[in-house]
Amino acid sequence: MPAHVDGNALAGPMSELFAFDVTVATAVCGSCGDNAHMGQAMVYVSAMGHVARCRSCGDVLMVLVETPNGTMLNVRGLTGLRIAPTG
Amino acid sequence: MTTWRAATVASTARLTSTARSIVLDVPGWQGNLAGQHLDLRLTAEDGYQAVRSYSIASVGPGQLVELGVDKVVDGEVSPYLVDEVRAGDQLEIRGPLGGWFVWRPADVGPVQLVAGGSGIVPLAAMIRARRTSSSVAPFRLLYSARTPDDVLFAPELDNAGDVEITFAYTRRAPDGFARKPKRLDRTDLAELTLPPADDLTVFVCGPTGFVEAVADGLVSLGHDPARVKTERFGGA
Ligand SMILES: Cc1cc2nc3c(=O)[nH]c(=O)nc-3n(C[C@H](O)[C@H](O)[C@H](O)COP(=O)(O)OP(=O)(O)OC[C@H]3O[C@@H](n4cnc5c(N)ncnc54)[C@H](O)[C@@H]3O)c2cc1C
Ligand SMILES: [Zn+2]
Repeated sequence: MPAHVDGNALAGPMSELFAFDVTVATAVCGSCGDNAHMGQAMVYVSAMGHVARCRSCGDVLMVLVETPNGTMLNVRGLTGLRIAPTG
Repeated sequence: MTTWRAATVASTARLTSTARSIVLDVPGWQGNLAGQHLDLRLTAEDGYQAVRSYSIASVGPGQLVELGVDKVVDGEVSPYLVDEVRAGDQLEIRGPLGGWFVWRPADVGPVQLVAGGSGIVPLAAMIRARRTSSSVAPFRLLYSARTPDDVLFAPELDNAGDVEITFAYTRRAPDGFARKPKRLDRTDLAELTLPPADDLTVFVCGPTGFVEAVADGLVSLGHDPARVKTERFGGA
């Protein structure tokens, strides 16, 4: 498996779409129920896009693909995402 | 929301034989927290684009933003930034980004920083933020570098006041240095970092393999995984 980085790397591409900071949002993994800040996820970055995996079970939480025709965001692996109040 | 905007290279300075400080002039920059990064985008003449993340070394007001980039020899972007980019060149950035791997001057608890190679960049920003805010939070840094010549921001770290700094080397240590060159192991972490405590925050940054080994070692020493914050730079 190629080396991964942290969920921190999702901040840029996600900030193009949403006003909240994804790295401090709490993700609930659809596979194992782990609760963690997205900043703690394992993120695999390639020319294709970003794949975020659960730090606990390794299953896919989120896939984000940026193309010239728009961004594809798949969050099927999440049961929920709790977004912290800003400020 | 954050999106791409133009930045101009204001100045560059060599940090080591493989690393360079790059100061960007970003009109409208609103400042950043210590530990945040930005995404940098280069566009070739044929339209091909490459995006990479870089931690921000600077803190405080103004529209000048400093990065510290170390060259990955076979890399696509870093050799250009270290060897070619010049004052006046234009590129695009989006940021500042991320609120997880950050230290805020209002945080009063003790802080342990652990850097591997260029992983010092966001941690140097934290040391700068602590100084400019006159924070008295206890700070300790353990910095693993290949050799003494590979230390980024060396003069600044030598004058970091009451931040307790320990260097460790992996390939060559200075003459008379007690610890022989090797990677950080669990014994080093036990001896050279603050012990687990409820109010302690640990920031670990560097190549992915380094961060992994250090974070695992710290957790095995009893640190709460939730208080060990990591920033993996990629690579082996
Ligand atoms: C949040 C974040 C912050 C970062 N901050 C900094 C920073 O402050 N300073 C800095 O110099 N870099 C930083 N990086 C790493 C940076 O984004 C690039 O990965 C790095 O500059 C290499 O890019 P490249 O295009 O030269 O290499 P690529 O063309 O992407 O990769 C070439 C080869 O090198 C390997 N590789 C990729 N990254 C690294 C690495 N970091 N170390 C060793 N091998 C690697 C790849 O696996 C590949 O085999 C950061 C990364 C992240 C995710
Ligand atoms: Zn899981």
